[in-house]
Amino acid sequence: MNRAFLFIPLVGFIAMGILFWIGLGQEDKTSLPSPLIGKPFPTFILNTVESGESTNHLPQEPVLVNVWATWCPTCKAEHAFLNELAKEGVKIVGINYKDDDFKARQWLQAYGNPYLFNIADPDGKLGLELGVYGAPETFLVDSKGIIRAKHIGDLNPAVWDKLQPQFEAMQ
Amino acid sequence: MKQIFLFLCLLLPLSALATVDGYKYPFDDPDDAARFEQLAQDLRCPKCQNQNLADSNAPVAVDLRDKVYELMQEGQSDEEIVGYLVDRYGDFVRYNPPFRAETFLLWFGPALVFVFGLLLLVLIRRGQKQPAAPLSAEEQARLQALKNKAKSS
Amino acid sequence: MGNLSGMLPEFGQLALIFALLVAAIQVVVPLVGVRRGQGWLMAYARPLASAQALFLIISLVILAYCFVVDDFSVAYVAKNSNTALPTAFKISAVWGAHEGSLLLWVTMLGCWGLAVAWFSKSLPLDMVARVLSIMGMVSVGFILFTLETSNPFERNLPSMPQEGADLNPLLQDFGLIVHPPTLYMGYVGLSVAFAFALAALLGGRLDAAWARWSRPWTMAAWIFLTLGIALGSWWAYYELGWGGWWFWDPVENASLMPWLVATALLHSLAVTEKRGLFKSWTVLLAIFAFSLSLLGTFLVRSGVLTSVHAFASDPERGVFILALLGICVGGSLLLYAIKAPTVASVGRYSWVSRESFLLLNNLLLLVAAFAILLGTLYPLIIDFMGMGKLSVGASWFNFMFVPISVVLGLVIALGAMARWKADDLKRLGSETVAAMVAAVLLGFAVPLLADGTMNWKVLLGMGVSFWLIGATLVDVWKKARGRLSRIPQLGLSYQGMVLAHLGVAITIIGVTMVANYSTEVSVRMAKGDSEMLGDYRFEFVDAGHVEGPNYVSDAIRFRVYDGEREIALLQPEKRRYNASGSIMTEAAIDVSLFRDVYVSMGEPLADGAWGMRLQVKPFMRWVWLGAIFMSVGGLLAMLDKRYRQRKNAPQNNAQANTAQEVTA
Repeated sequence: MNRAFLFIPLVGFIAMGILFWIGLGQEDKTSLPSPLIGKPFPTFILNTVESGESTNHLPQEPVLVNVWATWCPTCKAEHAFLNELAKEGVKIVGINYKDDDFKARQWLQAYGNPYLFNIADPDGKLGLELGVYGAPETFLVDSKGIIRAKHIGDLNPAVWDKLQPQFEAMQ
Repeated sequence: MKQIFLFLCLLLPLSALATVDGYKYPFDDPDDAARFEQLAQDLRCPKCQNQNLADSNAPVAVDLRDKVYELMQEGQSDEEIVGYLVDRYGDFVRYNPPFRAETFLLWFGPALVFVFGLLLLVLIRRGQKQPAAPLSAEEQARLQALKNKAKSS
Repeated sequence: MGNLSGMLPEFGQLALIFALLVAAIQVVVPLVGVRRGQGWLMAYARPLASAQALFLIISLVILAYCFVVDDFSVAYVAKNSNTALPTAFKISAVWGAHEGSLLLWVTMLGCWGLAVAWFSKSLPLDMVARVLSIMGMVSVGFILFTLETSNPFERNLPSMPQEGADLNPLLQDFGLIVHPPTLYMGYVGLSVAFAFALAALLGGRLDAAWARWSRPWTMAAWIFLTLGIALGSWWAYYELGWGGWWFWDPVENASLMPWLVATALLHSLAVTEKRGLFKSWTVLLAIFAFSLSLLGTFLVRSGVLTSVHAFASDPERGVFILALLGICVGGSLLLYAIKAPTVASVGRYSWVSRESFLLLNNLLLLVAAFAILLGTLYPLIIDFMGMGKLSVGASWFNFMFVPISVVLGLVIALGAMARWKADDLKRLGSETVAAMVAAVLLGFAVPLLADGTMNWKVLLGMGVSFWLIGATLVDVWKKARGRLSRIPQLGLSYQGMVLAHLGVAITIIGVTMVANYSTEVSVRMAKGDSEMLGDYRFEFVDAGHVEGPNYVSDAIRFRVYDGEREIALLQPEKRRYNASGSIMTEAAIDVSLFRDVYVSMGEPLADGAWGMRLQVKPFMRWVWLGAIFMSVGGLLAMLDKRYRQRKNAPQNNAQANTAQEVTA
């Protein structure tokens, strides 16, 4: 038998070790890539939180679509940063996910409203179409209504640094 | 033995609904109930990550269970229902991964290793000079050789 | 802090540091002795191993004492205990989380070293020195890991909490008392086989004697591993409240992989011992078995995989274990590549011989272990290559395991019957023809009798089990030459093998039946309601409250009738633990040999009604009964008298065996 064969287990193990090394370096193991990127934003007919009027489309310009709820502590954490973004002129549409309109209006009054408008999704129907599995989640949607990117978890300056170039390219 | 067979005869198939809150999902046809159960077990909850839809209590799992039930009531097939969820949540939600180029090694890896191992066994045995023959004369010679070896070691 | 008892945690830590120092000496001194051929240096191996074990035991006992006296100044105790926790659970809480379970792990490693030191009187001194030195290396690595990243004695000073956060309610159970210690004994016990293999490689003496020394140790570890896995499955079954008993979770997979490889190792060791063959292969299996047990530790504790019962993960710990894994596994595989013999072993065997069948058995077990590894790691590989995320779950594992187990079941019986060196297919065929016919007939009969439909999975599972049982019994009958009275004379080793193989068949029967013929129903039930499931009627008698030592629960009483006959009064509970507020479902199970009746509570509904889950699981007990058979079989084989002979005995015995085989 050739001695070279005896090195096969060692080589296999080293390959596995490298795999684990990369694995340990991965920061976020739980966020799932969205299959909706490059696909049109799903159709919907829902009411807005603010006026209760029916709406069925996003603005015809690049927007952030932010999925949030008053029961979600991380949403509160990111809210201040959303306010800042809105001040900088970033257009944000909210989806109030599995929540109560009244509570949502109180929240917006108390913490400020960075949103152009909020779509009320009390049953999570639109959320399900968007593959939402936990708030907050944020989508980048271009002027043609195509989803360009998705971020799971809170928006903060570090995350925005990564998303901003893509968002500006969509203008 | 008789007791076992008596017992086996009693096990007629019934509705097989084991999902959490299964009472919320009534079916007229027991086959549909079994389909629902199988689907719920083969779909992974995207939030809690290591539970299937049947066992999970996470809100999103409840929503997805409701959706699976709704789509079944609409008469969609298993593939359509799984496809619906995969289109929105990705392949991650399928506990039974799809056949594709990148899953080729997953599905055929164990079989390949088995075939490779068999080949190796054949090669190793070929490496021996002579096949063993169950002849008593040879056995006698080998016995002597082994005895000598045992003494010398 | 002034008195000595207040400083106990520091003493515990000190004992751990002493254990580390002793282990380091245990690595160096005996090896130097071997190098220089100085027996007095080698002789230090045994007392050093004993001292190391002693310090580790002291350390573990002190930690347990801190739990018993509710010393919440120790951070680990405060996180995992509570004054209201019953004492038995306070003690088992020692290994209820990462730090303490790691301490248990290293203490057991020390104890295995102690056992080797005590029960190795018949071994040459240089072998003992090498084995204990290698075990010392593993100890050094893991004690360092404990002290550096996971010190269980760390203090919560200066502000110590008045009350502990409580042990995870899921773990407040008898299962935690028995399952982790047993499983760890198995994991860690494989280090002995590993150390023997490396010592043999280093010393250049891979021979029948090495295999004979190594066998009982490997067997002991395997028994613990078998029982540990079965206990884990049993615990999950009754505690999680779903009635599931195996989930193909990464943590379960991590325990099954070393078990499969250790099983292959046991059989390969048999060939090496009896025939002097497959030496290289056996050494590699010994390295693989322990490596996979370390890999399991890594997967569970590093957070590389997400899992239901993974320990809270920490990347720093992950890097440390990965480094340990790299040194330990990488080093041993390198040593293997350099030192393993490349010369084909002496001795020939025919295509049809016990050797061939055992090789095939080894291959199948390894393919099974590989499949688990592949299924566990494939999502990682795909993720890192940027090809998205996918999941590999129960369906895939079952799909892989059905064919492997079926072929394995067929081969087991042949391997046990066939003669060494050369056998005749015709002879094997004519002896087992009755078993074959019976297996096929019964394989068809079971699904047809059960529900009148042909289920090929049941046909395969039952067919293979009946074949295995039939062929094994035929072999016993032939070997006993047709007299029951001769069975006790067949030798413990053989009897053990028969029991273990019957155990495999029993487990396959259990798995087949419970997977294919379980019936379940989820219903809304209120007081006075009755629900039918097959012939069983479940009657909701009444609901009430139960006050436990540290929880309150809603409980429902159910009467279960089989036809008109009342067979059980079951009381499932929904517990709310006071300290953490977590809710736990306690299922109620009526156990019998041929079926379990399993009742668990879901959510409370309006008007005092509850969502209930009722299940009947046929042959559930057989899954674990098989594991008990395997363990008892292993124990018998381990107690065979040839492992208890003096130094010079093995050689004579080898002759005797050879003579016996040829004349047989």
